[in-house]
Amino acid sequence: MSLRFQRAIIVGGSSGMGAELARQLSVDGAAVAIVGHRADELAQVAGRLNAAGKGRVIPATHDVRNYDEAPSLFERLVGDLGGLDLLVYAAGVMFVPEDGVYDFAQDRAQMEINVVGGMAWTNIAAARFEAQRSGTIVGLSSIAGERGRRTMPGYTTSKAALTAWLEALRNRVARYGVNVVTVKPGVVDTAMTRDLVRKPPMMISAERAASLILATARRGGSPSAFIPARWGLVALVLHHLPSSIFRRLDL
Amino acid sequence: MSSPTLRSAAPWRVLDGFGGAQRAASLYARPRNAEELAGVFARARDEGVPVSFRGSGRSYGDASLNTGGLAVDLRGMDRVLSFDRATGIAELEPGATIEGLWRASLPHGFWPNVVPGTMAPTMGGCVAMNIHGKNCFKVGPFGDQVLELDLLAADGTLRTLSRERDPELFRAVIAGLGLLGAVTRVRVKTKAVESGRVRVSPIRTPTLGAMFDCFVERMPKSDYLVGWLDCFAGGKGLGRGIVHQANYLSAAEDPQGRALLDNARQDLPPSIMGVPRSLVWRILKLFTNDPGMKLTNTVKYHLPESFGGDGSFLQTHVEFAFLLDYVPDWRRAYGDDGFIQYQVFVPDSTARATLAELLERCRRRGVVSYLGVFKRHRPDEFLLSHGLDGWSLALDFPVHARDPRPLADLTRDLTELVLGAGGLFYAAKDSVLDSAQFARAYGDRLERFRAIKRTLDPGGMFQSDLARRLAVG
Repeated sequence: MSLRFQRAIIVGGSSGMGAELARQLSVDGAAVAIVGHRADELAQVAGRLNAAGKGRVIPATHDVRNYDEAPSLFERLVGDLGGLDLLVYAAGVMFVPEDGVYDFAQDRAQMEINVVGGMAWTNIAAARFEAQRSGTIVGLSSIAGERGRRTMPGYTTSKAALTAWLEALRNRVARYGVNVVTVKPGVVDTAMTRDLVRKPPMMISAERAASLILATARRGGSPSAFIPARWGLVALVLHHLPSSIFRRLDL
Repeated sequence: MSSPTLRSAAPWRVLDGFGGAQRAASLYARPRNAEELAGVFARARDEGVPVSFRGSGRSYGDASLNTGGLAVDLRGMDRVLSFDRATGIAELEPGATIEGLWRASLPHGFWPNVVPGTMAPTMGGCVAMNIHGKNCFKVGPFGDQVLELDLLAADGTLRTLSRERDPELFRAVIAGLGLLGAVTRVRVKTKAVESGRVRVSPIRTPTLGAMFDCFVERMPKSDYLVGWLDCFAGGKGLGRGIVHQANYLSAAEDPQGRALLDNARQDLPPSIMGVPRSLVWRILKLFTNDPGMKLTNTVKYHLPESFGGDGSFLQTHVEFAFLLDYVPDWRRAYGDDGFIQYQVFVPDSTARATLAELLERCRRRGVVSYLGVFKRHRPDEFLLSHGLDGWSLALDFPVHARDPRPLADLTRDLTELVLGAGGLFYAAKDSVLDSAQFARAYGDRLERFRAIKRTLDPGGMFQSDLARRLAVG
């Protein structure tokens, strides 16, 4: 199976993997709505992609924590696009607290942006896709969600929650022909990782990550996949590390 | 803290049309009373959310669907407010069902004048769709039984409507597809009966012409008349079927019938030929395909049992009226793709030729209805009603989602045929017409309806997938 995505919404489309996904979909001729909270960045991305002269790109300013706004914005964008085949939830933030810092405001922001906003958008999309008996939902989770890590407590919690949410959603709607894809990238070279003190291993570009994500989504069958796949081996090891050892690692 | 908005607080819900071939995701609310309903309207107006109404979900197509809008389920308001034992006049809330009505009336010797083939529909749905029954030729549609109703309009005002008070609006709200507001109370008349049973006479009619003749001959002496057609039969047998005539019984004709006015005596049997009713659809499913249905129709046509004795038998009102309730979930026999119902109404002057041609075209295209139901109608006073001096044929076609073309081509062809014959369609069941075809069928009446809607609901708050598809207003 190879799905064609002709009309897509990318929430968190102003930078990083979201913007790159928008670019690649647009190059393929898809009409793409990019949703993000930074109006200027969003306009720049849309302007650049529209100038490239492929699929139309529509920018829409929205803070994913403004949950009430999501339904009407979703309806408007679906109307503008003339339907919907694909919704990508790529919005996400990561905070790495220093040792000895316990910051609820940051933990909360990560849960709201990475998880609750994702629930708001994917619920609406799942209802629509169930009704139309087709459609793909892609959620950008992370390998970080596989274990609770001392260096990024809120982030790993949020990604574990997002992974569980997407699995639950898949189990609800796969029977109606809806493709729910969980992608769990390892380390990708984006603004999010740029400030990390230690350069992580096996880092890939956002461009490469986006092309792997789209290839995974197009295959259908509601997969959950590490991006790239070799991170699956890392996850396997992570899963089997006893907590008594894991807590001593600088992860 | 201000109260939450509809968009933040209401859940999304995937609803389907009864045929299972159309679905919509919408926000969902289920108010418990008129105050809550008015509150929902106010919110929807402020937030610019289109509103549709939902009862038991028995409309076959998209009449109760509202993609991306708000579906207001009125079944939270389901009380029978009063029943007058002397006159048989009942007052009900919009979510009260036909079942609620007959259960309130029958013990006192009254049966609802008009019921559809299932007791599930709500009063709101019956009013909005102006449903009809097997006695339409004699007593007209549901709207003819309505004496008065309350309408909650988009601006939150409550109006009492009747043939005396604002008759123009009364005639627009009935058969108005729920596009002018919510009916919050309805006052309907029922018919006095002396027995809990009717006498049913089946008459086999070997051709379509014979079925017409049978109706013409029997109408003056029947209380109910409905024809079943074997749509697979062709050639000389085109339009063959069975007519069922039913008549009320007086106390003298049926001395034991009085005891059957008791609600408990009307309940449908828990099993059919030893199979629990709840499982029967699984057996039906085995036959719900072209060869299986061809066989089923042939067997049904030739089945001798119903013609034994003097050719008639007694059935309770429920047994005779609610054939569709015998098999719970029967629609599931059509599988996930579902089915559509396509009902055409043709004037008496052109009906014989048009319906014969229609059946022939189905056969020629190899897209044959699994069920054909034939009725006689009469004109009524309601603006968007399907009522006319003529005949209707209701057809059930299975949907094949992977190959929708043959059915779409057929229905387009048949719609042109019926429009050419001066016919009408029934929005409550429709899922195939487009706005131009609907406008051709309803002409000036549609324009008048739109004008009323613009006055009463200038913001166009009341919508549905059907209303948008047919550009009703």
